[in-house]
Amino acid sequence: MGTTEKIYFYPVWLRVWHGINALGIIILIITGISMQSSSESPVIGFNLAVNMHNIAGVVVFLGYLVFFIGNMVTKNGKYYLIKIKGFFKNPIKQGIYYSWGMFHGEKYPFPLSEKRKFNPLQKYFYVLVMYMAVPVVIVTGIALLFPEIILDEVYGISGVFMTAILHSAMGFFISIFLIIHLYVASIGKSPVENFRSIITGWHHV
Amino acid sequence: MKMKYCLFSVFLLSLFFFQENLKAQSYQNAQHHACLKCHSNQSYSFQNSVTGNEVKRLMNPYYILDTVAISAGVHKQFDCTDCHSSEYGSYPHQANLKLEPLSTCLDCHGGDASFAKYKFEQIQEEVKKSVHYKVYGENFSCTKCHSQHTYVATARNSDNVLDIVDYNNKMCLSCHNDMKKYKMVSGHDNPKLVQVHDWLPNQELHFRHVRCVECHTEVVDSLMVSHNILGKDHALKKCAECHSANSRLKASLYKYENLQKRLEKGSIHTVLSNSSYMIGTHQSPMLKLLSFVIFFAVLSGVIIHSLFRIFKK
Repeated sequence: MGTTEKIYFYPVWLRVWHGINALGIIILIITGISMQSSSESPVIGFNLAVNMHNIAGVVVFLGYLVFFIGNMVTKNGKYYLIKIKGFFKNPIKQGIYYSWGMFHGEKYPFPLSEKRKFNPLQKYFYVLVMYMAVPVVIVTGIALLFPEIILDEVYGISGVFMTAILHSAMGFFISIFLIIHLYVASIGKSPVENFRSIITGWHHV
Repeated sequence: MKMKYCLFSVFLLSLFFFQENLKAQSYQNAQHHACLKCHSNQSYSFQNSVTGNEVKRLMNPYYILDTVAISAGVHKQFDCTDCHSSEYGSYPHQANLKLEPLSTCLDCHGGDASFAKYKFEQIQEEVKKSVHYKVYGENFSCTKCHSQHTYVATARNSDNVLDIVDYNNKMCLSCHNDMKKYKMVSGHDNPKLVQVHDWLPNQELHFRHVRCVECHTEVVDSLMVSHNILGKDHALKKCAECHSANSRLKASLYKYENLQKRLEKGSIHTVLSNSSYMIGTHQSPMLKLLSFVIFFAVLSGVIIHSLFRIFKK
């Protein structure tokens, strides 16, 4: 390991946010599923699930503000910018590497560096989740926390119903992201390498 | 002779229709109705036969009737004196008329095959177990909640859940949100509903979307609404009873055929036409299936990929 190059990818604020966010999201997913499919004898009582979901939701929302402002004021934000050049080509190339190249000894198509923290496919997913799914889930979540602010009817459909469907659909999308996120994180020098990085802050290239 | 008989029948029939017409008109034309010309107004006038003066007085607010509501109510075809004494026709009304026993609901509706589906007798049995009966006994008549003048069977006919809930809850609130009426029956001040229910999250939303009786009655399969009204000590206080796939509301509010039909209109229509939403109950089978498919597709992708990683290094 002595010869490998190290990059300080994850500053303290980012790691703290990531940790709190991860815990919050996991609680939100578990309690969300528990509420949605509650039966007569749920594993977590409905009351407890609602309270935990509300608290974790507020924590994740505050965390998101930290993430958003952090990305605005530090250079971390630029890793999320998508360029028009190679808009389709680059992520496809990465996809081919994951599904074919990595099993045939091909070289990693987008080596990580100070300038490139995410591979193109990863970047697209992060942008979709962090700048679309999470904001939508936060806005609809706040609305469901204060249902009196929701329009009663939108084109004859209950406003609360639409908000709830959007909220759970986005929540589901984030859950799916989490599975992929955790799995792809295990594709590194060793399966635990990337998990170690998000704790220490250092990424071994 | 036969001709005479026929003419007489026609005369009787026309008299009947004329009278029916008169009643229908009279509720809409309250000013020309013997009772409603006074009892639909805030004030009334009469000629004082002792002094000979014309006198104008305020009407007792509890005796003012809403003529629009009467003409929409289930008893609209009846005239006042069908139930009340015809002696009310003169003014001042005689004091002893107040003592005259009025017909109860069961006097007409009980034991009648055409009303059998409403199960009045069973309802009466249920009422006798209720907190209302325990406090007020026989005096707690049906009309305390179901106004005989204006009652409409909303729950059985409307397909709008919010209208059903609103109509039903107003029945409870007419006393539980009225200091004087509540105290007359219970003998003590009415508890503040908002405070009593402060354990309930999103109180306003709950009050608009479910009826009080959803929690404050026991569900009885053979009745649309059990009339055994439960006080707060016995009322339901468990979220998952309603917020679950096997929701209690399916046996109460959504038990009505008119609402069932609404749900049967087809899955996509059902998803889109929902005028209410409840966590844990209103699950869309279509979306549920889709989410399972996506979840298992992703999971198999992960498993297959990891197998490749293990064996094709």
